[in-house]
Amino acid sequence: MSTLTANKTGNFTDNGLFPASDVMLDLKNIKKVYPTPKGDYTVLENLNLQIKKEEFVTIIGHSGCGKTTMLSMIAGLNEISGGNISVLGKHIKGPGPDRGVIFQAPSLMPWMTSLQNVLLGVNQVFPDATKAQRNDIAKYYLQKVGLEDAFHKRASELSQGMQQRVGIARAFAIKPKVLLLDEPFGMLDSLTRGELQDILIEIWNKEKITAVMITHDVDEAIFLADRVVMMTSGPRAKIGDVLEIDFERPRTRKAVLEHDDYYKYRKHLIDFLEH
Amino acid sequence: MKQSITLDRVTKFVGLGFLTTVKDLFTGKLGKEDFKGILRKVVVPLASVLLFLGLWHLGAKSLYNTEAEFKIEKALTDQGPAAADAMRECIASGDVSCQPNTLPSPAQVWESFQSLLRDHNIIAADKEAFIEKTAALNEKRIAEGKDPITYTGRPSFVDQIFRSLKTVFAGFLLALVIAVPLGIFIGLSPTLKSSFNWFIQIFKPVSPVVWYLLVFMIVKTVLIDSNEDSSFTISFISVGLCSMWATLVNTAMGVSSVDKDYINVAKVLKLGPFQKIFKVVLPSSLPLIFTGLKITLSVAWMVLIAIELLAQSPGLGLFVWEEFQNGANDSNAKIIVAMFVIGIIGFLLDRLMLTIQNTVSFDKTDAI
Repeated sequence: MSTLTANKTGNFTDNGLFPASDVMLDLKNIKKVYPTPKGDYTVLENLNLQIKKEEFVTIIGHSGCGKTTMLSMIAGLNEISGGNISVLGKHIKGPGPDRGVIFQAPSLMPWMTSLQNVLLGVNQVFPDATKAQRNDIAKYYLQKVGLEDAFHKRASELSQGMQQRVGIARAFAIKPKVLLLDEPFGMLDSLTRGELQDILIEIWNKEKITAVMITHDVDEAIFLADRVVMMTSGPRAKIGDVLEIDFERPRTRKAVLEHDDYYKYRKHLIDFLEH
Repeated sequence: MKQSITLDRVTKFVGLGFLTTVKDLFTGKLGKEDFKGILRKVVVPLASVLLFLGLWHLGAKSLYNTEAEFKIEKALTDQGPAAADAMRECIASGDVSCQPNTLPSPAQVWESFQSLLRDHNIIAADKEAFIEKTAALNEKRIAEGKDPITYTGRPSFVDQIFRSLKTVFAGFLLALVIAVPLGIFIGLSPTLKSSFNWFIQIFKPVSPVVWYLLVFMIVKTVLIDSNEDSSFTISFISVGLCSMWATLVNTAMGVSSVDKDYINVAKVLKLGPFQKIFKVVLPSSLPLIFTGLKITLSVAWMVLIAIELLAQSPGLGLFVWEEFQNGANDSNAKIIVAMFVIGIIGFLLDRLMLTIQNTVSFDKTDAI
């Protein structure tokens, strides 16, 4: 198992932060408050997280701890009550195609074909490209997710797994700076989930788009991530612990499962979740 | 085999699936296991039609007898036994002048239906002859810049059906043109929604008759200089205003309840307002918009009769009213004929909308 030895260097500065030039996504003192009839409910407080360029981070935590709230705040779909979020040093203002999202439900327009669904984003992001070029981009990513035979199938005719493949193609095709994934495989059976994890990581290896993914699945978190971020339970949830996963890329599922450190990582995560 | 599959699909698609069962029955394609299906889809409906006709026949007969006895009784008290006997004889002989005026029997209605068709054929032939006769003259008049002479004879029953359909479609189009865009705006903006809500809530329940009077007040003044007959304009506008509410409310609801995920996708992709409406909001609210349009068309057809009657605009409504005023021996039967024609056309219009909805809508399960 010498191919999977750790070769990461702790790249922290003195104050525990990464050098600014390495940081893609920066969450500073994030707070989220929902007003309720019984008074304010603070979901997140003092949440600090930095994500480096070309890093794949998975976020794990108990249901209802505010993971999805945090992700939708990064996406710009949910207002920030305090603190700020920046992408490459610039504060975000609302949603935008620099942060692609793969939602939990595939969220395809059911009346469009898979190609049209991908083109919806591509047309928006590459308005100056010719029609043929935009078609090529969309088709390229659909091929990458294994849907070369389903360009002209309506989304409503596709299985859940195939729909989520289109979702992946749509997100990558707009070439975002950050990719946000909100439990994208949570609704799939475990076989399909494994398939889609492989597809996702294969494209990701090629594109190296900084990715933040929420998951409930400990094995998924380890298999995909460079770092696993553990969130404490709410209210006032924040980052509880961060685990570096020092497996070399590209990874295969088999090699990861057979690696000596795998069960150490797994135990670490499960210990955190059970306490 | 292939053809029958397509026929199956077509009939199911337009919501007349039972036709396939009837066809299979005649082509002997059904096995014993399909017996229950036949029983449910063909025999039972057929039996219920026969039962309906039977009850109608008996009811009409009993009403006829009551009316006849009353007439004889009245003749007896007013004019004495001789007159009563004469009346009894007159009624039994089937003389038109003394027939009891009541609910006609199914046979009488069928007879009237045929006589209306005969009447139509006569009028149509008459009209054709007129057009042929005036063709040369009209050409000359048009060349001289004068209006051509048009046929001004009495419209037949069939002409009136088409006239009614024309009015209802004009009204329906008006409702569509007003209600769909307005519904989209209201659905998109909560501000517009709250500012229009009182308007919708107050005007939605207003009766067709009142709408007609309102439209009459306005159109009469607007067209004050025109010599043209405004009854068509008034009736189709009234029909449109009466029937547009279902579409307005459904469109607004459909637009404001678009799946949040779709809206999020639109936000993340930063679609412009135009693209957001046409690529996301409208397609996703089409099923509800169509449900609204279906209700609008059926309401339009329903109120049309009342409005034509008030507006004196030619059509089935006016036909019914004139027959009622006419009081001829077969007037009642003709009114019942019109009733069935109205019902059947209403049913066909509904199927038509369903077919269009199935064609354009992505969500096949929503079409009911």
